Amino acid sequence: MSVLTSRAPQDTRGSWKTYFSLGAVLLLSAFPLYWMFVIATSTDEALGKYPPVLIPGDQFMVNLREVFTLQNVYFAASLINSVIVAAVVTASTLFFCSLAGFAFAKLRFKGRNPLMFVVILTLTVPNQLGVVALYILMGKLQWNGTLLAVIAPGLVSAFGVFYMRQFIDHAVPGELVEASRIDGASTMRIYWSIVLPAIRPALAVLGLLTFVATWNEFQWPLITLGGTEYPTSMVALSDLASGNFVIFRRVLAGAFVATVPLLLLLLIGGRQIVRGIMEGAVK
Amino acid sequence: MSLTQVRPSPPAPPRHSASAGKAKLWWHRFDTRTVPYFLIAPFFVLFGIFGLFPLIYNAVVSLRHWRLDDPDKTGWAGTENFARLFSDEDFWNALFNTFGIFILSTVPQLLLALIIANLLNHKLRANTFWRVAVLLPYVTPVAASTLLFAMFFQTDSGMANWFLSLVGFGEETPLNWRAEKWSSWIAIATMVNWKWIGYNALLYLSAMQAIPRDVYEAAAVDGAGPQRQLWQITVPMIQPVVIFTVVLSTIGGLQLFNEPMLFDENPALASGGSDHQWQTIAQLIYRVGWRDGNLGYAAAMSWALFLIILVVAGINALLTRRLGGGR
Repeated sequence: MSVLTSRAPQDTRGSWKTYFSLGAVLLLSAFPLYWMFVIATSTDEALGKYPPVLIPGDQFMVNLREVFTLQNVYFAASLINSVIVAAVVTASTLFFCSLAGFAFAKLRFKGRNPLMFVVILTLTVPNQLGVVALYILMGKLQWNGTLLAVIAPGLVSAFGVFYMRQFIDHAVPGELVEASRIDGASTMRIYWSIVLPAIRPALAVLGLLTFVATWNEFQWPLITLGGTEYPTSMVALSDLASGNFVIFRRVLAGAFVATVPLLLLLLIGGRQIVRGIMEGAVK
Repeated sequence: MSLTQVRPSPPAPPRHSASAGKAKLWWHRFDTRTVPYFLIAPFFVLFGIFGLFPLIYNAVVSLRHWRLDDPDKTGWAGTENFARLFSDEDFWNALFNTFGIFILSTVPQLLLALIIANLLNHKLRANTFWRVAVLLPYVTPVAASTLLFAMFFQTDSGMANWFLSLVGFGEETPLNWRAEKWSSWIAIATMVNWKWIGYNALLYLSAMQAIPRDVYEAAAVDGAGPQRQLWQITVPMIQPVVIFTVVLSTIGGLQLFNEPMLFDENPALASGGSDHQWQTIAQLIYRVGWRDGNLGYAAAMSWALFLIILVVAGINALLTRRLGGGR
């Protein structure tokens, strides 16, 4: 350890120790997911064994069928519900946040800076703490127990506006906006034909992050959708695990199915998700 | 506010072309002065209704009787709900649990994240692969991973006890992780750590890569090895991001709900163990509000939690700054 390093770490090649440690990190990250699959494919007898089984069984379809046919869990419907909720929330977040981000980054209007300051303030508001009042509000709207109750609070996000503003500020040259104006393009025209094409990468990043976060949401959906026929998949999972006698192979078969879509997203859009998280820090 | 910017157009002049010009002018003004407000309005309206309003309205609810099981019992409660908090043993117990789990999950989480970020902060083959790999826990739904860990920490056939037995611990009487405060806290903290270490590592990595290279070159003259380099140069240089993650995990950690909920053998009860060993405040809010049906009291508890979070996040930010500055 007494080696002199004249270079910054990021310019130093990783040694075998670095790769070995990262390998361990990878193992710890991935093993629980692998083991989830093992349990999802096993029989009750295999799971009662000690030491625990480490090799997948062949019961996946059997366990899966049980999950999908269980009464009062609505697992199949819950997957569809999750897709609807996450898709609508993502689309709406992308649209409204890019509109607002565009206005804050490139348009001049009275009160722009104070309003942007409000957006930044709301970034830190833990709105989970308003769930009681949110439940009462949804009750007045008669939305409790419907997907609307889960969708509505997710339609916009302060982070989204902030992120879009930062990106548009860099990605769209101000002269281009001015020039189009002189050519007679309207504000919305500029949004559609100049801003939107330029911010595709940012849309991918924000879209992926929003989709993942929405899919995984648990507390509020449990409160408003728990015990109804319209659970999201997270709520259905907790229903699967509730009761006096829990059948783990069934619970984790469900958990595995609810995880796969996100693993696929990570596989396809991993680069963008990494980028989004890393850019969130730089601000 | 915005519409006052646009002056009403004067009566239309007789000539057609002039009126067209006026209309064009009017449209241009409308487009540049008023349309921006339309672009930001959806955010403010939706956030106002579903984000901000509930938070404020919560204060009203906390001062009233509001019961799901007895809708007729309404009216102002004054400070009754808040007074009740002080003598509510469940609340203090939950507060204690929340802090215990919070410390067990935040400190290792951020330390390990720093170490992993430092590993990633090298010239690596398959650079993106490693970064994506540390995000596996982040994208895994917390409900799914918690249910898996619930099985991992089973007494009889759980893998945690198997690992312990490999190092010669608890072979005769396997540990019942759910029985005691300390063991259930460790189990829950493990889940939280697993989920968030990789995410925080990427936040740190991003900050590490922004450190100017000459900072390291200057320090190399003094002969700083990789370890000293990490703790004496890298960490102090990324202090703002460290503070950011400390505040972030304070806000998240004190509202911990999913893990303690699904660690219960019967999550629907929201009891946090047979004797509330690991019941957190967010969990207690859910139980009081939707199991006991006392929304007024649950709202008061939310406000108390809000204040606690504000205070603790502030203290932690100061503490982190002080610790960093002392180096």
